[in-house]
Amino acid sequence: MAEQPLLSVENLTVQFCGDAGWVNAIEGVDFAVRSGECLGIVGESGSGKSVSALSILKLHSRANARYASGVIRYGGRDLLTLPQRRLRQVRGGEIAMIFQDPMSSLNPVLTIADQIMEPLRQHQGLSARAARRQAIELLEMVRISDASHRIDDYPHRLSGGMRQRVMIAIAVACRPKLLIADEPTTALDVTIQSQILELLRELQREIGMSVLLITHDLGVVAEFAQRVVVMYAGRVVESASVAALFERPLHPYTEGLIRAVPNLDEDVHRLATIPGNIPDPSTSIAGCRFNPRCREAVKSCLAEPPALVDTGVGHFARCPPRIAAGRIV
Amino acid sequence: MSAPSIVVVRDLVKTFAARGALLRAVNGVSFDVRRSETLGLVGESGSGKSTTGRILVGLEAATSGSIKLFGQEISSTGGKAALAAVRRRLQFVFQDPQNSLNPRMRAQDAIAEPLDVVGGLSRAARNDRVRELLEMVGLPSSCGDRFPHEFSGGQRQRIGIARALALRPEFVICDEPVSSLDVSMQAQIVNLLLDLQERLGLSFLFIAHDLAVVRSISARVAVMYAGSIVEIAPKRELYTFPRHPYTQALLAAVPRITPNKTRTAVVTGELPSLIDTVPGCTFHPRCPFAFERCRAEKPELREIAPGHLAACHLHETPV
Repeated sequence: MAEQPLLSVENLTVQFCGDAGWVNAIEGVDFAVRSGECLGIVGESGSGKSVSALSILKLHSRANARYASGVIRYGGRDLLTLPQRRLRQVRGGEIAMIFQDPMSSLNPVLTIADQIMEPLRQHQGLSARAARRQAIELLEMVRISDASHRIDDYPHRLSGGMRQRVMIAIAVACRPKLLIADEPTTALDVTIQSQILELLRELQREIGMSVLLITHDLGVVAEFAQRVVVMYAGRVVESASVAALFERPLHPYTEGLIRAVPNLDEDVHRLATIPGNIPDPSTSIAGCRFNPRCREAVKSCLAEPPALVDTGVGHFARCPPRIAAGRIV
Repeated sequence: MSAPSIVVVRDLVKTFAARGALLRAVNGVSFDVRRSETLGLVGESGSGKSTTGRILVGLEAATSGSIKLFGQEISSTGGKAALAAVRRRLQFVFQDPQNSLNPRMRAQDAIAEPLDVVGGLSRAARNDRVRELLEMVGLPSSCGDRFPHEFSGGQRQRIGIARALALRPEFVICDEPVSSLDVSMQAQIVNLLLDLQERLGLSFLFIAHDLAVVRSISARVAVMYAGSIVEIAPKRELYTFPRHPYTQALLAAVPRITPNKTRTAVVTGELPSLIDTVPGCTFHPRCPFAFERCRAEKPELREIAPGHLAACHLHETPV
């Protein structure tokens, strides 16, 4: 239990500059990724899940984003204060990332070979020949048939699923310790999605890497991750093991979200809903950020921002009334 | 027993010219939509589901085939004039309310635009109707003077729905109306569509890629693959006893929240090219059950149980 996590994000606050000045995109975010596990971060638009993921490798533009507080511990260092040169060694090497849209994240004017060889030459100092040989192996590893020919194609010649396989090959080229996958299957059809998730699962086992999976799809998290962090309006509202979260969600938002997902295996008369709308990050809400939409909000929810509390079994929630009620039972 | 069909589509074909080759987007599609019913049309990208919807509403012309709307044939050649007569009874809700609403038009004007085009309403009657429509879709009637960017995604889709309902249509085609929305917004819009259907007796063609969303709103569901309908059945029947191997693969591929018992094998391969058409069944290269005949002969859509049709050689022998 006391094992040191591979990566831990502590009290992270990231601000963006907009029309209304500096606004907290995420506030006081805490989570940790353990060795070899898959941690899912779920949330709807504006929840801050992608902002959190991009912050790990400091991928926000310096012009309009700033890291207002927090540390990101990785291998005994704080990635937020690491010099640029050292950070570049981590990016794409020990920590790699894949994005939602494989079309816009591959360079259209470079061949697949150029793009897979780049991290191999950059991080591992391989010769062009050795890098090419390894690139072909990587393409085979992500199950691209006829890899030795396909490698000289340009991205537009590949289907969406194939492109995501290439992105994954690039990401795992240096056998990373952590793979950050930001909505890796959102742009894909469902039969292709299941192929890509299966591939990620196999690679994770083979390489022994941890995966930080960012998604809006609760089903994907339920099937792929071991632990989940739920974010709402820039804050972590709940975190737990997958089994605990889906069986006994503590936070009313998590519960509402799970119930709002249409059921594939049952007929229902009407879907359960969460009333109201997702708040804009610039609007200030006193107390709990979810209180305007919460059916159980009490007076204290409107006054004080609640703390993220451990219920004792590694299940954290930011909802004092629910947690208090749980203790009585 | 069932209600009369207000939409009858037979052998609909749409081809596009693609770099000298012929792309078959819709390849012989037939279905009916009954009064006050929702027919769900599901499929992955390139299945032809959106093109089918766009042809019905007149945004694309069919290459061949027959479409009867409210009992009137909309011939594939002289479509425009015939369509004008029925167009008012037929409306369209688009996927992305961000792009389908004019950003410089206030909500009230976007909603009233169909009324203005048709004309014949006094200023006061027009404004009353707009307020009524706003309330009908669950928006405060006071928000009409706001612009699209001042609304959330879910609210914008409500405006899109209000606009579609302005002319009191009987049949509404919804093309992925909730797929750009978050889960908590999606459920609100699905329920709104169900409420409106109950209240106004609307018929829907609900086009979507999300099988669970389609189940939550449809009475019957048609599954499309590579331009053809491969299976069509009442929803409970389709989701409980899918007969076509593609429908089975599709249902198995959806990640579920409830911890699943045994994970069915992942279907291999990718969607076929619509230009170099595969001989035989379009799904045979990916089908785990394909046999000789599937490679040679295209299966017909035929009834395998009451109201349940599938295009698969496995189910050719009558039950």
